[in-house]
Amino acid sequence: MMLDEINEIAQRQREKETGFRHRINVCIAAGCLSSRSDDIVAAFEEEIARRGLEKSCRVKGVGCLGLCAGGPLVAVEPAGILYRGVAADDVGEIVDALPGSPLARLHCPRETPFFQRQQKIVLENCGWIDPTAIEDYIAADGYQAMHTALTRMTPEEVTREVSRSGLRGRGGAGYPTGLKWSTVAKAESATKFVVCNADEGDPGAFMDRSVLESDPHRVIEGMVIAGWAVGASRGFIYLRAEYPLAVKRVKAAIAAAERSGLLGGSLFHTPFGFDIKVRLGAGAFVCGEETALIASIEGRLGRPRPRPPYPAEHGLWGAPTLINNVETFANIPPILRNGSGWFAGIGTEKSKGTKVFALAGRVRNTGLIEVPMGTTLRDIVYAIGGGIREDRTFKAAQTGGPSGGCIPEEHLDLPIDYDSLVEVGSIMGSGGMIIMDETACMVDVAKFFMGFCCAESCGACVPCRVGTTQLHRLLERITAGHGTAGDLARIEDLCDLVQNTSLCGLGQTAPNPVVSTLRYFRDEYEAHIQEGRCPAGACKLGQ
Amino acid sequence: MAHPPFDPRHAAHPTGSRPAPILTLKIDGQDVGARSGDTILTVARENDIHIPTLCHLEGLSTLGACRLCLVEVAGANRLLPACVTAVREGMAVTTRSERLQTYRRKLLELFFSERNHVCAVCVSNGHCELQDLADTLGMTHVRYDYLYPPAAIDASHPRFSVDHNRCILCLRCLRACEEIEGAHTWDVMGRGIDCRVITDLNQPWGESESCTGCGKCVQVCPTGALTEKGRAVAEMVKNKEFLPYLRIMRRRTF
Repeated sequence: MMLDEINEIAQRQREKETGFRHRINVCIAAGCLSSRSDDIVAAFEEEIARRGLEKSCRVKGVGCLGLCAGGPLVAVEPAGILYRGVAADDVGEIVDALPGSPLARLHCPRETPFFQRQQKIVLENCGWIDPTAIEDYIAADGYQAMHTALTRMTPEEVTREVSRSGLRGRGGAGYPTGLKWSTVAKAESATKFVVCNADEGDPGAFMDRSVLESDPHRVIEGMVIAGWAVGASRGFIYLRAEYPLAVKRVKAAIAAAERSGLLGGSLFHTPFGFDIKVRLGAGAFVCGEETALIASIEGRLGRPRPRPPYPAEHGLWGAPTLINNVETFANIPPILRNGSGWFAGIGTEKSKGTKVFALAGRVRNTGLIEVPMGTTLRDIVYAIGGGIREDRTFKAAQTGGPSGGCIPEEHLDLPIDYDSLVEVGSIMGSGGMIIMDETACMVDVAKFFMGFCCAESCGACVPCRVGTTQLHRLLERITAGHGTAGDLARIEDLCDLVQNTSLCGLGQTAPNPVVSTLRYFRDEYEAHIQEGRCPAGACKLGQ
Repeated sequence: MAHPPFDPRHAAHPTGSRPAPILTLKIDGQDVGARSGDTILTVARENDIHIPTLCHLEGLSTLGACRLCLVEVAGANRLLPACVTAVREGMAVTTRSERLQTYRRKLLELFFSERNHVCAVCVSNGHCELQDLADTLGMTHVRYDYLYPPAAIDASHPRFSVDHNRCILCLRCLRACEEIEGAHTWDVMGRGIDCRVITDLNQPWGESESCTGCGKCVQVCPTGALTEKGRAVAEMVKNKEFLPYLRIMRRRTF
């Protein structure tokens, strides 16, 4: 494929789109699809065919529209009308309302802070393009960045551009992406690999799943550019089998890219070729850890090994390997398209760009959001999230999943970026954010996350295998009203041991939810132990 | 005939191969020399500096899983496992600070709390590496709950038996079987506290089709988890001469 062919496809697709007076976009990402949004697509098609409107009205399945709490969602373009909670029975009325004002019963105004306060880079195509149509992605400037990188830039220039953008790894630790790329680029080896870590497993997180379901080509494009930059010609997407829709869409996207000559040998008639294969994970949380992920791709037991050596030096089958997560790769095409300066102008001094969060818990507007780094927690909870349900009060936000911590009310005005979160005892993680109100028992929350780590520990090292189990038992005892005076000291001592002696990141960070709840909500622990009551009335003791 | 000028490098290495560079470092304040690629544990042992280990065994691949060999390295934020950490020029390693010894005792406590390690009724009493370490590191009691998950004894093999209550999941058996014997009879199943070593696809050991009955796994097991049948407590001594044999075999294989 050559650039003019891509431009031709884009042009044709855009003309096709603008040829319709009304375009009905129905969300077919996992959330809405689970409410049978595929039936809604079929109902619209039937209704439009029945009324003979095929030439003026088009129905399309699109990726995530964001406001998952309101699903199934339907957008009518170019009028910019959004409908929430749509059922197949509503289709007739919506079609009736097409020429006039929106159907008030289902209308979801887009002038609310939920939509206005977001800035979409990673999710720019979500809700607009059909994830199953490569032409749609190409029409949205897709594969332009790949063409620029492969035909007009040297690998060093690409890496430098990524470095200058200030992009940090979106998988959790926030390691500078450009630095990682240049390390792999410098490794001397005839064989190198690029791996996309799509083993998202944090409770409450669905950012990567949504990106893969809604815009899979963006991740493919990012991976090819990465392959060119580091000198790798093969890539793997390590995707958990628990995401069947994402698996289906990613596989279809790879096949479409291969058919179009955008994957495979001599891309854009250059000597560079790149292949991508999907590897399915069986859903072990520890396989998100890069050395365990590598072992799993190699067909071995998904257990981590001590680092160093890091995968950049000794990765898949011993070859230098670049591992980035889905969101990191998804950021690459827009960075190359718009320039590193544009990207570096968004966000805070040390955390550039935007971050996608899966906003869950007790806020009104749960769903997928993307905000510039540095947006305050208050903005996320009250403006975008619409405040706490049932007019209750905010108690804490849990970020970073089982490796993260809880942020209390006193830090509501905290600008969210990698470093500020660490300062208050939590982490960015991959972007799960669970909002809790006063009905949440923080000891119970800590117990939940410890139970998760206990069950997901691979069992290789004793502090993680036995230490987390002991911690879970202690927390269980406290929530059951059997806590004793020395338990808090015992918990703190065990947290220190597990953090400092575990083999991999899972164990090293497993005590974080306990440590952070002890830091901010120690009085709740004490109330459980000394007074035998649960202040929130939520755990076993409170019932 | 004119001779080329003498070059000591060629004289010493006619094949052109270069020796591994020699590095110098400090372990517990003592200056030691090492070859590039050596691990901290190897160098420490060469210099009679004792670092405790349970999963490590000379001749087998390294795991870094028992965490007992963690050491402090100046400039590193984290504690590093001596068995897999390669030495570097000028490195300063501490192997027995108070912090490390405390962590080691606590890790041993976790081992003891996990399954049933009541020495008095164990066939390896007096010949057990876990027991020895508790003794040398001064671990006198366990402050954690005893978990004692249900664990069976498999005595279906005609010559050996496995008691999962004594297993510490060091996976020496697995590695000896896979890397030295080449049978790969042993494997691991389950996660976290439910981890178990298994034979074949979790079949009784006696029904295993891959087991060659060589007994290497029994000899490398540090505790009373793998034992020979028909031996009394005083007789259940693991064959120490077996270890150099493993080393030689491994060198020949790789």
